Amino acid sequence: MTLLNVKDLRVEFTTPEGAVTAVNNLNFSLNAGETLGIVGESGSGKTQTVFSMMGLLAKNGIVSGSAKFKGQEILGLPERELNKIRAEKIAMIFQDPMTSLNPYMKVGNQLAEVLVKHKGMSKKEALAEAVRMLDAVKIPEAQKRLNMYPHEFSGGMRQRVMIAMALLCSPELLIADEPTTALDVTVQAQILALLNELKRDFNTAIIMITHDLGVVAGACDKVLVMYAGRTMEYGSADDIFYRPTHPYSEGLLKAIPRLDSVGEELPTIPGNPPNLLSLPAGCPFQERCHWVQDRCRQEAPALHNFDAERLRACHADANQILEAS
Amino acid sequence: MTVAEKELLLDVQDLKVHFQIKKENAWPWTKPANLKAVNGVDLQLYAGETLGVVGESGCGKSTLARAIIGLIKATDGNVLWLGQDLTELDDKALRATRSDIQMIFQDPLASLNPRMTIGDIIAEPLRTLRPDIPKQEVSDRVQAMMMKVGLLPNLVNRYPHEFSGGQCQRIGIARALILEPKLIICDEPVSALDVSIQAQVVNLLKQLQREMNLSLIFIAHDLSVVKHISDRVVVMYLGNAVEVGTADALFADPQHPYTQALMSAVPIPDPEVEKGKDIQLLEGELPSPINPPSGCVFRTRCPHADAVCAEQVPALSGSAEHQSACLRLDALQAG
Repeated sequence: MTLLNVKDLRVEFTTPEGAVTAVNNLNFSLNAGETLGIVGESGSGKTQTVFSMMGLLAKNGIVSGSAKFKGQEILGLPERELNKIRAEKIAMIFQDPMTSLNPYMKVGNQLAEVLVKHKGMSKKEALAEAVRMLDAVKIPEAQKRLNMYPHEFSGGMRQRVMIAMALLCSPELLIADEPTTALDVTVQAQILALLNELKRDFNTAIIMITHDLGVVAGACDKVLVMYAGRTMEYGSADDIFYRPTHPYSEGLLKAIPRLDSVGEELPTIPGNPPNLLSLPAGCPFQERCHWVQDRCRQEAPALHNFDAERLRACHADANQILEAS
Repeated sequence: MTVAEKELLLDVQDLKVHFQIKKENAWPWTKPANLKAVNGVDLQLYAGETLGVVGESGCGKSTLARAIIGLIKATDGNVLWLGQDLTELDDKALRATRSDIQMIFQDPLASLNPRMTIGDIIAEPLRTLRPDIPKQEVSDRVQAMMMKVGLLPNLVNRYPHEFSGGQCQRIGIARALILEPKLIICDEPVSALDVSIQAQVVNLLKQLQREMNLSLIFIAHDLSVVKHISDRVVVMYLGNAVEVGTADALFADPQHPYTQALMSAVPIPDPEVEKGKDIQLLEGELPSPINPPSGCVFRTRCPHADAVCAEQVPALSGSAEHQSACLRLDALQAG
């Protein structure tokens, strides 16, 4: 069943220096129980994509296109309607567990608030449910922790509280924006294991935004590679990791040192990510691409099917790229 | 070349850095708590090699670096630089060694003065420590160094905010290299950078090391990067070195249970490997360095701990290539 269907999503910001297109014609769909990984470098529009769907864009942001959640359009919904979907149907975990919790509220009250507001529970019921959820995300001595403030928790524990809060209303879609970036590797492993368990137990669909391809490899079924607000390549995790057909996804995969292999020089992607205010005509990746041809400088490649499952946006021949790698 | 033939640059002996922490609303007469950030670390660095220091946040890796370079005063122990103990030198005497040891910091933008042009930033160490060099030569050297780290010399009059993260890190590297130091301490130099930029900076550091015969102390929490760049590696946990070895030996056969858990937790960008992987999840959390566990500091989270681990403090033992500090090592390797 298609849970989320995003069509031609476009996010634009008006800034004093001019209009910035942070997200440019994004298309993807997500089924129940599936995990989609959105990867890309900072400024590639990963976060703005989900912010636009959740109605969290900054005031100067304008969204267009369509995002249908179970057939219902969620872009541009009034706040009151959106609040029925947020938290209950779609929940979000933010990157920084240090700053996403209210420092003045006891953790128990923050958790209970969600249930009182959305489910109409009494405070007492809500607190009991909060304990159950803290247990589910493996926070030891959950009962005692209810009366603590966020600063009394470690980073990993705060991220667990965030996950517990997101799961209180058993959402069908969980959006995790860099959920482990701020955490140590051993803690990251714990959190990822927890997310995988939740997916198994509740059949929750997950959108995982990250720049760490290792995290994507372990957690995601589908991968969307973004660059300068556009889709570069979209397909199953296996396809993207083993048979990338876009020079950018190929370059990204090669540029990371791996623990299970040895290499002298790391192959790099030359240059820097482009400035969104002054994007070159044509493909945004042209300046850093070693497959660049004249055509790339004139027209932006349209997103097209490589095979049934996979989309790519590149003028270079996919089979040639596959052969060369 | 064997270890004995190489020139020993830096010899850190039983280095301890303890901080006195006074609680905010404590009585004036209550004793301050003692936070043991670095608790007896030994390490050696030879000319031309890269020593990687890995560990999770709070393990004391940055404090170790700062104590070596003298930004933090060591509580106890010796830091021998070419045989001279840096911990006993006064500020004036320390200046002479400053041009030999330089540092690159984690946050590329925050470590550059926003009100100075990058030409001034890169030239500052020369102006401070070598005031005898004429102005023209300083600016020649700055331009040459900018070329070397991959920055166009015509950008010399720009300010740090006009550069991207990767470029700012290149400026930081140029500033550290302008004095032609023997050792550079890199404190998480690439962790704030994007993947594609990270590879550029790692390659640059390796290339400069070859060209200038630099030694590096490379501090990072990312094991893959450390493995890629290091000749030898120290793994730290709660202020202690738990395993030391050549990168090849240590990554091929991690001995300490903490190193094993740490390595298994690193995600590998390969779906097949990642899905079939058996991760050793560590239970619980990092204990407080104010009140570390008795005996082996890792015992509270170690899956193999037994009674003896609470009583004895393990010391590093093993061959010259590979040492680890675990009391149950023999038992674990036998079973």
